Amino acid sequence: MSDAILRSASAAAAQTGIGRLAPYGAWIAAAALLAALPLVFRSGTALTMLSLMGIAIIFALSYNMLLGQTGMLSFGHAVYYGLGAYFTVHAINWAIAAALPIPLLVMPLAGGLAGLLFAIIFGWVSTKRSGTAFAMISLGLAELVGSSSLILRSFFGGEEGVTTNRTKLVRLFDWNFGPQIQVYYLIAAWCLLCIALMYALTRTPFGRMCNAVRDNSERAQFVGYNPQVVRYLAFCLSGLFAGVAGGLTSINFELANSALFSAVQSGNVLLATFIGGAGHFVGPILGAVLVTYLQNMLSDVTEVWQLYFGLMFIATVMYAPGGLAGLIMMHGPIWRAGALARLLAAYALMLVPIAAVAVGAILVIEMMTHLGVKAAEGTTMKMLGVSFDAKSALPWLLALALIAAGGALSRLGWRRVAAAWDEAQAKARDKGLAL
Amino acid sequence: MAELILISTLNGVLYGLLLFLMASGLTLIFSMMGVLNFAHASFYMLGAFLGFQISRWAGFWPALILAPVLVGLAGAMVERFGLRNVHKHGHVAELLFTFGLAFVIEELVQIVWGKSPVDFRTPALLDFPAFTVFATNYPAYKLFMLVISIAIFVGLFVMLTRTRVGLIVQAALSHPHMVAHLGHNVPFVFMSVFGVGAALAGIAGVIAGPALVTQSSMAALLGPILFVVVVVGGLGSLQGALFASLLIGLLQTFAISINLSLSDILAGSGFRPEPNTLLGDLWRVTVAQIAPILPYVLLILVLIFKPTGLFGNRET
Amino acid sequence: MSAARTPALETRALRKSFGAAEIIRGVDLTIPRGERHAVIGPNGAGKSTLFNLISGLLLPSAGEIRLDGAPVGGLPAYKINRRGLSRSFQVTNIFPKLSVWENVRCAVLWSRGEKYAFWRSVEANPEIAQRTQQVLSEINLIARKDLPAGVLTYAEQRALEIGITMAGGASVILLDEPTAGMSHAETERAVDLIRRISEGRTLLIVEHDMSVVFGLADRISVLVYGEIIASGTPAEIRGNAKVKEAYLGEEAH
Repeated sequence: MSDAILRSASAAAAQTGIGRLAPYGAWIAAAALLAALPLVFRSGTALTMLSLMGIAIIFALSYNMLLGQTGMLSFGHAVYYGLGAYFTVHAINWAIAAALPIPLLVMPLAGGLAGLLFAIIFGWVSTKRSGTAFAMISLGLAELVGSSSLILRSFFGGEEGVTTNRTKLVRLFDWNFGPQIQVYYLIAAWCLLCIALMYALTRTPFGRMCNAVRDNSERAQFVGYNPQVVRYLAFCLSGLFAGVAGGLTSINFELANSALFSAVQSGNVLLATFIGGAGHFVGPILGAVLVTYLQNMLSDVTEVWQLYFGLMFIATVMYAPGGLAGLIMMHGPIWRAGALARLLAAYALMLVPIAAVAVGAILVIEMMTHLGVKAAEGTTMKMLGVSFDAKSALPWLLALALIAAGGALSRLGWRRVAAAWDEAQAKARDKGLAL
Repeated sequence: MAELILISTLNGVLYGLLLFLMASGLTLIFSMMGVLNFAHASFYMLGAFLGFQISRWAGFWPALILAPVLVGLAGAMVERFGLRNVHKHGHVAELLFTFGLAFVIEELVQIVWGKSPVDFRTPALLDFPAFTVFATNYPAYKLFMLVISIAIFVGLFVMLTRTRVGLIVQAALSHPHMVAHLGHNVPFVFMSVFGVGAALAGIAGVIAGPALVTQSSMAALLGPILFVVVVVGGLGSLQGALFASLLIGLLQTFAISINLSLSDILAGSGFRPEPNTLLGDLWRVTVAQIAPILPYVLLILVLIFKPTGLFGNRET
Repeated sequence: MSAARTPALETRALRKSFGAAEIIRGVDLTIPRGERHAVIGPNGAGKSTLFNLISGLLLPSAGEIRLDGAPVGGLPAYKINRRGLSRSFQVTNIFPKLSVWENVRCAVLWSRGEKYAFWRSVEANPEIAQRTQQVLSEINLIARKDLPAGVLTYAEQRALEIGITMAGGASVILLDEPTAGMSHAETERAVDLIRRISEGRTLLIVEHDMSVVFGLADRISVLVYGEIIASGTPAEIRGNAKVKEAYLGEEAH
């Protein structure tokens, strides 16, 4: 796991005399990276996307406190996200109205506290069950809160939601948080803080027992721990950080509305966390960045980007349940054994067949879209710069041919890849780097 | 008033039976394979849309037969090529797989049929009022739905308890390994049960389609209620599923027709909270408005007082 | 009754039914402090059920269970564990994704008062690491301490199982077939380990390997069809006619 790497890295650094600073090295580097990013990505859209990524990272990490750390699958985590957003908006509006000298910097705390409070209340009921029942209860609760938000118009503002103005609070360092770049730095600071806190939590007795309860809750009882208490505590703390993410999102958009409670929101964080890799601390960070990027890029390219997401998710569940982080970590020992280059060469062989299948599948999906819902706009379409008619037989035949040929070649190539993998693993084993 | 009660009871029982058509398949799949099929409501939706499309080409009655068969086949394929591969990664992975599947099915339906409701009409044969209660006509189609649902249940019950296939399925429900040792093809049994469960949801979709709205949001609207039914009834219990389905069906149907709020009931108390406050909202909300969330309130109550569900004893 | 005389573990008229099937039919067991007590019996006699009842996994249908004189029947497993009773499992029951070190450390945490602390590092208290180190060297797994527990060999996992059981310093230890599936050499090492860790504690062990039983136990009880048909020293049991009858054909390795 990542902390083994951190431990060995810090052990190595300690030997060279920068020991005292080394364990914090990764954090200092991360802070520097976050500070430098806007200098590289200067455009408005880039800054917006970076801001969204920062929020998504906190949300996904909070979700993984449940999924990856404690083995709890929730379909309703957006409840605490949404409530955090609403409470932050109300807190800002209240501070403006009462002319209180509270800077914007501190406002996400209101979201965090709201998330914590409601996680304490709802968690008491939710964590009475575990496993599948818990997942279904989280779904039911999310529906309950989402529907209630439309009924209680005074607090939740009905369908339009509640707006705020983030520039009207007392200023620190002469920043009014109007420009997006200032909002980015606010988000980045909170992001780094939350990552640090959530990482620290994994190093506590509680954090270790979360992992134990995930692995074997029966055994956890026999070392003296009540698994329900562990889960409840994890639920509350995860609600806290989800609330912070919600608060930041309401600051970013100057709005909180009932869409924040939606199944889409809960589903997205699940997707991001899982695709990134629930088994490693950095997995959700990778997933949040990737999914935010794809969501923004793909929605410009195709109408049915949600479908691609769903397919990507299913593929991850079936073939790479450890997610992106899992895949990368799997290659760690091989890289250290120096056998990575040959393995990558074998992977490269598979690139063309898999790309063929992918292109074929995308063709079919896009053509279906143009024949189905978009038929009113006419059936000519454009892909990769080539325009053609979705109704004609040729593109369909081409697509099916690509899928068939690519599929067949993939099956052949797969054996080569499997052999190359075994070879690389054996090499790592010989050097004592793998099992 | 009496007419309202009678109609609401009929509609409530009908809705409950529809829910049970789906919940029974879900419970069977869960009992046998340990996986809660998140995509179950999606099979219901597929049934409705396929039923609509086939009825456009060939009429309602062929659709009634064909659509569930197609959905059942789709379900069997999902089990064979999808779920079976994910099984080795554990229950969480299986649930996630069905979650992704639900997502994808909804997107596919939107691609082909769009996001607006489609015009799935009741068949001309049944488009007349069956009887008139006081001043209201009760449509024959709804009676048809009632009859079909009950017929399916009777058929299922007979099959499960009186045929050889049914006995094997019952055995595999609790002791799959033993059944395999006796020479039965357990993977085939699993695939069939999944397929039949999906087909049951599909039939519910075909018959509900003309009566309720056929739209790509069907699954997302009905799914959570379905899961509340199985959790409230007790995961893995068929009687629990029946009881909870009828309870929730009647509860929601009656609630929707009650246009009273606290302010109406307690009008004499003189208590008048400000309109734009939290208390004011709670005071003025009608029972009809909270009807959609009543199942979830029931869920919370059951969780507090009987966490394993009304008929359940199974801890997952 | 002085504290020294209170039996460490006691059951009276203990019964357990699953529906119509009565598995434990009135078991009376008295185990004095510091004794090594073995429970033997044919397969299906109910030995694991007995363990599950005592350790809190199952609710008794009738009868009493007392730990150090205090009734514990009906308490959840974690509460019984906190009162000083720890058990191992027949089918290895460890934390597979955690490292060997972490597995043992988790077993140490509660006994050192860590509880659910989420505000301090798990490494803040040096006693925890010390105790973990100590247990690991007892079970001879120091060299493997950073490996995920799931990749250990079978015998190593059984040793880890015992380590987790004793790490919290429980005064009553229940071991459920600890040497199942072990080779002769591994069994000898395991018995040695068990003898060492049960020094000064009360041990209740279920075993099929008769050499282990007769070499380790101070007293033996024989459980057949949910009832104790005989209870006494190894010599008494060896000479008991009822036991010979129950075990005809069941002679062990």
